[in-house]
Amino acid sequence: MSEVTVQGGQEVVGVGRIEGPILVVEGAANVRYDEVVEIQDTRGQLRRGRVLEVGEGYAVVQVFAGSTGLSIDGTRVRFLGSTLHIPVAEEMLGRIFDGLGNPIDGGPEPLTDRYADVNGQPINPTARIYPRDYIQTGISTIDGVNTLLRGQKLPLFSGAGLPHDQLAAQIVRQATLGKVAGAPPTEGEEFAIVFAAMGVKNDVADYFRRSFTESGALTRVAMFLNLADDPPVERIVTPRAALTLAEYLAYERDMHVLVVLTDMTNYGEALRQISNVRGEVPSRKGYPGYLYSDLASMYERTGRIRTSKGSITQIPILTMPNDDITHPMPDLTGYITEGQIVLGRELYFAGIYPPVAVLPSLSRLMKDGIGKNRTRDDHPRWGAQLYAAYAKTQDVRALASVIGEEELSDVDQKYLKFGRAFEREFVNQSFTENRTIERTLEIGWKLLSMLPKKELTRVTLDEIAQYYKGDDAAN
Amino acid sequence: MSDQVGTITWISGPVVRARGSRNVGMLELVEVGEDRLVGEVIGLKGDQMTIQVYEETAGMQTGAPIYGTGLPLSVELAPGLIQSIYDGVQRPLPLIEQAMGSFINRGAHFDSISREKKWKFTPKVKAGDEVRGGAILGVAMETDTFEHRVMLNPDDSGTITWVAPAGDYTVIDPIAKLKMGREEKTIAMLQRWPVRRARPFTNRRPANIPLITGQRILDTFFPVAKGGAAGIPGPFGSGKTVTQHSIAKWADAEIIVYIGCGERGNEMTEVLQEFPHLIDPRTGRPLMERTVLIANTSNMPVAAREASIYTGITIAEYYRDMGYHVALMADSTSRWAEALREVSGRLEEMPAEEGYPAYLAGRLAEFYERAGYVDNLNGTQGSVSIVGAVSPPGGDFSEPVTQHTKRFIRCFWALDKSLASARHFPAINWLDSYSEYLEDVGNWWREKTGKDWLAMRNRAMELLSEESRLSQIVKLVGPDALPYAERMVLETTRLIREGLLQQNATEAVDAFSSVEKQIRMLELVLYFHERGMAIVKHGAPIHLIHDLPVVDTIIRAKSAVTNEEMHKFDDIQKQIDQQMGQLDAEYRS
Repeated sequence: MSEVTVQGGQEVVGVGRIEGPILVVEGAANVRYDEVVEIQDTRGQLRRGRVLEVGEGYAVVQVFAGSTGLSIDGTRVRFLGSTLHIPVAEEMLGRIFDGLGNPIDGGPEPLTDRYADVNGQPINPTARIYPRDYIQTGISTIDGVNTLLRGQKLPLFSGAGLPHDQLAAQIVRQATLGKVAGAPPTEGEEFAIVFAAMGVKNDVADYFRRSFTESGALTRVAMFLNLADDPPVERIVTPRAALTLAEYLAYERDMHVLVVLTDMTNYGEALRQISNVRGEVPSRKGYPGYLYSDLASMYERTGRIRTSKGSITQIPILTMPNDDITHPMPDLTGYITEGQIVLGRELYFAGIYPPVAVLPSLSRLMKDGIGKNRTRDDHPRWGAQLYAAYAKTQDVRALASVIGEEELSDVDQKYLKFGRAFEREFVNQSFTENRTIERTLEIGWKLLSMLPKKELTRVTLDEIAQYYKGDDAAN
Repeated sequence: MSDQVGTITWISGPVVRARGSRNVGMLELVEVGEDRLVGEVIGLKGDQMTIQVYEETAGMQTGAPIYGTGLPLSVELAPGLIQSIYDGVQRPLPLIEQAMGSFINRGAHFDSISREKKWKFTPKVKAGDEVRGGAILGVAMETDTFEHRVMLNPDDSGTITWVAPAGDYTVIDPIAKLKMGREEKTIAMLQRWPVRRARPFTNRRPANIPLITGQRILDTFFPVAKGGAAGIPGPFGSGKTVTQHSIAKWADAEIIVYIGCGERGNEMTEVLQEFPHLIDPRTGRPLMERTVLIANTSNMPVAAREASIYTGITIAEYYRDMGYHVALMADSTSRWAEALREVSGRLEEMPAEEGYPAYLAGRLAEFYERAGYVDNLNGTQGSVSIVGAVSPPGGDFSEPVTQHTKRFIRCFWALDKSLASARHFPAINWLDSYSEYLEDVGNWWREKTGKDWLAMRNRAMELLSEESRLSQIVKLVGPDALPYAERMVLETTRLIREGLLQQNATEAVDAFSSVEKQIRMLELVLYFHERGMAIVKHGAPIHLIHDLPVVDTIIRAKSAVTNEEMHKFDDIQKQIDQQMGQLDAEYRS
């Protein structure tokens, strides 16, 4: 992050072409790629934009607020000579900003001389610390089988109408640094929450604001809001502005920052819109070929670095269009992020909260944050066993739907019972229930004890001797 | 040292156009703008040149200068590569961190290989020797145990007029003088090689020695040969990276080149932090002492991602030329293909499938063809094996990168989402995968283990495909409807799946299986099957076999028996004999 002061640059009167949110400005010399411009319409109103392409004597500019009301001759474009920067400061916590980082809560501009480039810079892989500290969210399906670590990026893949907002709010409210069973609590490390809304309804932003208020965290939250009725093009900047602040807080102020981005699908649509207007060659479903790199430039701004005690943990939320996990947005996100929590409609209809579809969910970093001296020695194998058993349950259910439950073997019957109990007792918990990791492990063992010992090949014999509570003789 | 050859006229992302000299060469390395960012000329038309820039172009201006270097994009080759971590154009990331802090800034210029560090050099030639390209001039100890063979540049040849005495030298100190025709050339340990040009060799040898990875599903079921090429396609979360890491850790190659191409930063950090602590089972040295890392993570500039693959393979070929076996992992080739697509899109080239340029297949072929088991110019033999991960969108293997890759590899390890969901790792689907090296490496197994590996392996595969057929029936009518002989097949395949194919990369004993352990386990499972079939033929109900305690013992053997405790398998065989013998006797009468 480098400091740059914004200075006045050359001004051009009149533009050559206007197409959607894109202006082609002619007669500008030596324009910088990606620099910020200020656009003045005939009534003197200012709006901002950014250079997308420069050529000899012309520049292609994207207008954040859209081009409504701009005219060919009456528009003045001033090139500001630097890329988009936003102010960053600790007192931005507790404040609300628009999608470009301007305050919209009636308060003053943040008082700071630190300006940071919203594009950020790639973290050098040698400067990173590999994430190893697990975060206890109090949610069994996360802590137990898809553990979240500090410095991880773990998205929620959801669908329209599913309670992803509640789940995100619950994670934010309950997240604490996990400890080995019985270890004393650490004194308060500074934490912060950076929340970015892209194209979501006002209700959603409001829901999060209320939820932060109720948990008493509001003074630790910075909100960047680009709501459904705000200019779509601004959405391209919103998550970047939020992450720029998060980087400052984590890497220069040593805070543990949790970043919630919602809804990334709307972001992708804004990007597609710009790409289409510019006539770029599309790849899948009309999205630009650089969607992967573009998403990575945000998701990869997560992690820990050696020169700071702080961390950035990201929870992007995205709704899968038509619940399709192979849609480019969830697909490319899944390739970049370190796992995913998938919400399932069937579980939701069955009245299960949180409706986390366990089988397609995954935390890639889990293996490094659990086990001996972190959670409990048996945790990794216990988790693999629960997964394997629940996967087997799905096969048994398919079979039962064909031949009927009565025809199933004894063992298969037990799997059916296990599956039902798994969903009702393990996956299901209330919005306010905050389970310790010990409690989660205990429930898991109770469920595994419904199966014959012989079926439990993922856990060790010692672990079975210690934790298995079933009546195996009856099996 | 470099003159201005043009000025920028157009900028869009990583692609820049400039106007100027007509003497700039195609694929010449140029420096772009006041910050002198690294770029490469990828198109020429009259006085207009198109350049792809390996660094972030934000803030760059039209009218800014372009400087020529007269050289193609090259890598530096010398002692000091091992244990390094580079970006896609071979800039050392630790030095960038020292100079610029935790974030990568633009315009970094660092030597790829330290000019200060001294290496203990021992000459192997003397004045008066006639040498040809690739000749070994001397050796330098690159680590405590690794002998770096200092070679003459493949393009040079002549008569040695002077050789430095044994001693400590930097990579740029003269170590020999060579008379080539009328001119005399001073040779240092450091040489450069253009990344897009394959290093020459004398001829290719048949690839018939397997690359042993310690992974049972790979070595036993779908082996890749040394000098071969394998592809691992799979949707996200199916374990491409874990498999690549396992191979990087345990493959019996002398040098590993690991290219993190457009993937996660944390993954490279994991390798960096883990490999110095892991011990190579063959040499007893840390794994890092045989590893070269190329990290161009997904958020680093996209054009350098395109270059990273070539940088990596050129380094791999260099070690091959010394007579070593090198394994190269590229994770992921799809991100590399996307970099091609992005640059192609910015050039407004006519796209072929899914926006990819029409030359995608050609570029993939060029890359995979650089694998091989060869006779080197200097008479040694070496190999480069390539393992490329592929990330098909939506897990759909019909997409262009997977399809074209399949044409150029002979070993296909198909990862399967549903296996991964059931936490069956490595999630390599045994019915969709294939290896064309089976016949080629059969002899090696026979010599090494004295057993007919291919027959056993094929028998196990036969059972697995039988299982797939039977499970279709089971899905319709339930397992009880099957005759006992068929249910015996299901019992055995469960042992194959859980006892052999599943392997836990995070568990010390199970992470690496020796060849002897692999074949012994396979032998035991098949032995169990033959005995079981005999018993059920006598009419014994299947549940008696299912409930035998030895079944559990076989499944747990992978993590209960270490590579050194081979005698324990004899005990297991005795248990099979005892428990099944009893049943057999009971039902025979």
